[in-house]
Amino acid sequence: MPELTGKELRVVGFLCNWCSYGGADTAGVARFKQPTDLRIIRVPCSGRVDPLFVVKALLAGADGVLVSGCHPRDCHYTDGNFYARRRLEMLKRLLPFIGIDERRFHYTWVSASEGQKWQQVVTEFTNRLHQIGPLHAKKENEG
Amino acid sequence: MRVGVFICHCGNNIAGTVDVARVAAEMRKLPGVVYATNYMYTCSEPGQEEIKQAIKKENLDRIVVAACSPRMHENTFRKTVEKAGLNRYYFEMANIREHISWIGENKELNTNKAIEAVKMAVAKVMNDKPLYSSSFKVNKRVLVIGGGVAGMQAALDCADGGLDVVLVEKSPSIGGMMARLDKTFPTIDCSICILGPKMVDVAQHEKIKLYAYSEIEEIKGYVGNYQVKIRKKATYVDWTKCTGCGACMEKCPTRNAYDHFNFGVAPTRAINIPFPQAIPKKAKIDPTFCRQFTKGKCGVCAKVCPTGAINYEMQDEIVTEDIGAIVVSTGYGLFDLDKFPEYGAGRYPDVITGIQYERILNASGPTSGHILRPSDQAEPKTVVFVSCAGSRDKSLGVPYCSNFCCMYIAKQAILTKDHVPDSQSYVFYMDIRSPGKGYDEFTRRAQEEYGAKYIRGRVSKIYPKGKKMVVQGADTLLGTKVEIEADLVVLATAVISAPGAAGMAEKLHISYDTFGFYVESHPKLRPVETNTSGVYLAGACQGPKDIPASVGQGSAAASKVLSLFSKDMLESDPAIAQVNINACVGCLKCVKTCPFQAIKEEELRNGKKVAKVIETVCAGCGVCTSTCPCGAIQLQHFTDNQLLAEVNAICQS
Repeated sequence: MPELTGKELRVVGFLCNWCSYGGADTAGVARFKQPTDLRIIRVPCSGRVDPLFVVKALLAGADGVLVSGCHPRDCHYTDGNFYARRRLEMLKRLLPFIGIDERRFHYTWVSASEGQKWQQVVTEFTNRLHQIGPLHAKKENEG
Repeated sequence: MRVGVFICHCGNNIAGTVDVARVAAEMRKLPGVVYATNYMYTCSEPGQEEIKQAIKKENLDRIVVAACSPRMHENTFRKTVEKAGLNRYYFEMANIREHISWIGENKELNTNKAIEAVKMAVAKVMNDKPLYSSSFKVNKRVLVIGGGVAGMQAALDCADGGLDVVLVEKSPSIGGMMARLDKTFPTIDCSICILGPKMVDVAQHEKIKLYAYSEIEEIKGYVGNYQVKIRKKATYVDWTKCTGCGACMEKCPTRNAYDHFNFGVAPTRAINIPFPQAIPKKAKIDPTFCRQFTKGKCGVCAKVCPTGAINYEMQDEIVTEDIGAIVVSTGYGLFDLDKFPEYGAGRYPDVITGIQYERILNASGPTSGHILRPSDQAEPKTVVFVSCAGSRDKSLGVPYCSNFCCMYIAKQAILTKDHVPDSQSYVFYMDIRSPGKGYDEFTRRAQEEYGAKYIRGRVSKIYPKGKKMVVQGADTLLGTKVEIEADLVVLATAVISAPGAAGMAEKLHISYDTFGFYVESHPKLRPVETNTSGVYLAGACQGPKDIPASVGQGSAAASKVLSLFSKDMLESDPAIAQVNINACVGCLKCVKTCPFQAIKEEELRNGKKVAKVIETVCAGCGVCTSTCPCGAIQLQHFTDNQLLAEVNAICQS
């Protein structure tokens, strides 16, 4: 794993194209510094995020997963984020049953104008994960 | 598979904090990647040319560009690869600028992150499928929401361009805020004299259908084919019969109705026509004040109306219009005085807002244009203006500048001197912001020619003393306390988003910022577009704006609509859901969850029931794909396989 230097963790983010991906862009344009652990996957809507994506990512090697969509009632697709909210809330409660600390998963809402909020979300979630530590410690030692 | 990867330096924007050469070198090691290079400005013409050349020379069939956000340049490069003969969906972008080089300080970590981001894009592009758009017909009618000066301009430009326009205005007359102003800066032109003819043009234009006193109930559909439900609110006056003679208003016994047009400077009648130049010039009953509604008996207006237009039984009516594009010009709102306890919170009649003073100055206003203060109808000799009443004040939730107050205060100070030559105006200001053409000269004129005294500082308290209002403040240039005994105090209250702005945005599926102002596609380059195709912005609904800027945006939005409608057919986005009928078990959960009713049940010839996507209606959200229990319905370009390929690229690298 040459890319994972030092203490960086593997964090996967699913961001909806219209709000949160834009919010992350806004944060970038404003040069709001953030931890570098997060890798972002662009999806059209948070409602596109299959809870299994989150599980698969966590099992495949991610230390944490972040999903971010438009604020409720402000979805580009009317109510995709309501579906996301139901599914992801359910997922959050299920994670302990497969032996994963539910704090490794976080979902939130960030609009395209909320660059500062995005910085805060990424920083807090990454810090939280660093406190918990890596999920796949054993594998990393082997590597 | 022959993937080509192009890493952009973006000058120093990326190359400054990412080792682009190393990223390119790493990519060359990936299976499937046959070509990887880094270039100064990939989006430039030679940069795009290099992609085209490489596609031909290296026989590339898939392209990855690692540069800025795909929200910025995805379309640019899609066109590039298309010109070189590839399908536009054989292209992916890795965002290594906004999401990497601009937010991380450590070059080593940034470079690693960039390598992984590009790897994800390569994994995605290797799973991409070619997609082809189909075309659909456009309904060339435009809806303009809000009949202020921006909306009127957009409506007129569209109508002059040959389009049918539906203009919806929620108050009884079009004209918006500009119709309430007395004069306009910096020319001191009469506001209604320049706006009135435009209003008449709107009323008389054969291409414009005006729904006044109406609101948007519901918007369905997509660009080119919207169905819009409009609620025509009950006016209790049959407008087909009303001639606007005003006999009802004269005889109405209720004289204490709130005057929305005059911002409550003086009361009006329960049945009224808002102002003499109103378009349409029709009467309307306010049922919260009308005795027929509050007490159950009166009927005076019905008796005096010469055409028998009064109808107390009238109900709201819902009409549906088919529309192809929408211009949103819903304007702005203003802070109420109750936000300012230190200035009396509206308890002192002689502390008023800028827009109220505008009505007092106006010849068609409640004082017929004579400056008379509300408490005792006396002519004020000392007038104090307080700028930034709420604006640029984080504690009140308005950190932004309201844009035009400095200018209208200067104008009102000039007009005060014109009306009352022996008067003295004082202006408390934080900064004088007058960056427009002829604007700075104007604020100087107010001071030098009209003797308005400008005091740099805030006002801490206003309280009554006899017939005077004592204004306590600071002069921060002299470092002294200031106390002025004023006859009238005018507060330039902060501009806020229009009431109900958030609800309207939700109906339109457009975004709004923390303050309720609508968000444009790009702050510099796409100022009137929204992220919802077919919906455009004009005027102060996007942020505080003065008249010329609003008019400019109105015309800009109209030109966008006209260019959209210059084609008879629009190309659909092929990134929509597709059903694999062999895998579909016909549970039809997707039909229930689809936010657009874009999926219906279809019976195959063998009797099997499956889901079918209506191509033109599908908006491509992918809710169905994550609903389907057997993976039978897949959102193209964002299929399970494609997204999981990205997940794996991160997790297994």
